[in-house]
Amino acid sequence: MTTLERLLAEHPFFKELDPRYIQLIAGCAQEVVFKAGEFIFREGDPSNKFWLIRSGKISLEIFAPGRGPIIIETLGEGDVMGWSWAVPPYRKQYDARALELTRALEFDAMCIRGKCDEEPKLGYELFKRFAQIIGQRLQATRLRLIDIYGSHS
Amino acid sequence: MAVTVKPQQIALAVSTDPMLPVPYRVLRVRRETSDTFTFEFGSVDGSRFPFAPGQFNMLYLFGVGEVPISISGDPERPEILVHTVRAVGTVTKSLCKLKPGDIIGVRGPFGSSWPVVEAAGDDIVIVAGGVGLAPLRPAIYHILNHRGEYGRVVLLYGARTPGDMLYKKELAEWRGRFDVQVEVTVDAAKPDEWRGNVGVVTTLIPRAHFDPHHVTALVCGPEIMMRFTILELQKRGLRDDQIYISMERNMKCAIGLCGHCQYGPNFICKDGPVFRFDTVKEIFGKREI
Repeated sequence: MTTLERLLAEHPFFKELDPRYIQLIAGCAQEVVFKAGEFIFREGDPSNKFWLIRSGKISLEIFAPGRGPIIIETLGEGDVMGWSWAVPPYRKQYDARALELTRALEFDAMCIRGKCDEEPKLGYELFKRFAQIIGQRLQATRLRLIDIYGSHS
Repeated sequence: MAVTVKPQQIALAVSTDPMLPVPYRVLRVRRETSDTFTFEFGSVDGSRFPFAPGQFNMLYLFGVGEVPISISGDPERPEILVHTVRAVGTVTKSLCKLKPGDIIGVRGPFGSSWPVVEAAGDDIVIVAGGVGLAPLRPAIYHILNHRGEYGRVVLLYGARTPGDMLYKKELAEWRGRFDVQVEVTVDAAKPDEWRGNVGVVTTLIPRAHFDPHHVTALVCGPEIMMRFTILELQKRGLRDDQIYISMERNMKCAIGLCGHCQYGPNFICKDGPVFRFDTVKEIFGKREI
């Protein structure tokens, strides 16, 4: 097992994924480091990558004219960043910026899509995991929409 | 060895008549947020105020009304009674205008308490949302005063914005300790005012370090937040009897007579406000209750 495969196997997102698939997707991954303050992507960029964060912290920001940038979520160790690569129009919806030195595993989404086409079971496994992430983010967003800490609470 | 006075032993410590308010003087006022203030009170006759973490008092503003407010001070400093009050209704808005020297009436302490003695030997995970940190602060004081009796201690706190966080100075102090994991998150922030986490408090739970088989969870905040927090704690492997929540209802008499705070078969003032989750899970979150 290569170092990269071991890093993938240890990441919570790939927990219990068949080692065969780990080997397959490792070919689409590389280790990356982002410096504090560095933009990883910008709103409107083509969505052709996603990341598994190993350490550090990243903010997802949206720019509202008249209000400036607003942090809508922060992601840290163990989190997955980016799911727009999986659904049309394959464009980034937010800005992402490293708040501190951040280490991550970066995936080439085209390569992953190719592997999923070759191995539909791998595709099913991956999309199950991404569906869970999307569901969690949707739930968190709904909770914030309720404004649970507002004066009515 | 920690000695925590049982709530029923304390009930008559302040007044022999639980319906009779005892006069307390405002000693100090500290503004926490735009609408929340922390008050330190001292009894007019110099008596002490023993209480257990998680209990509440009825604070009576003469001529205006009475409200239930959790005690938020250090249980090992019974000479000072501390309450954090958010201005949301007529009485609390008036309470928040109190100045040092003003007098209020106090009935209490009432209700059940956090299981800080029973949890000795366990890891502790504390999850607080908004002003829900106030009823948990006495438990935090107790746990930190007796740090050696517990395993890992984790405090997860969620607030609306950085400006809405309570006890910022203490949070920074607790965070600076090497024996407590403190994680704070806010629902929204601007990059130039906040470098911490943004997201709901439940997102902090997967990152918390504790042994799910030997942990006691203390949870306080809006009911919706507690509901989703419990789900996340269960995902981490906690059983219902490892989770304690603090409930809030409209308490009036505070001694289980009037029925204003009835919660299924319980009165929150007397059987709560702190409940072990397995004892209320059948009614928790039920729209009709």
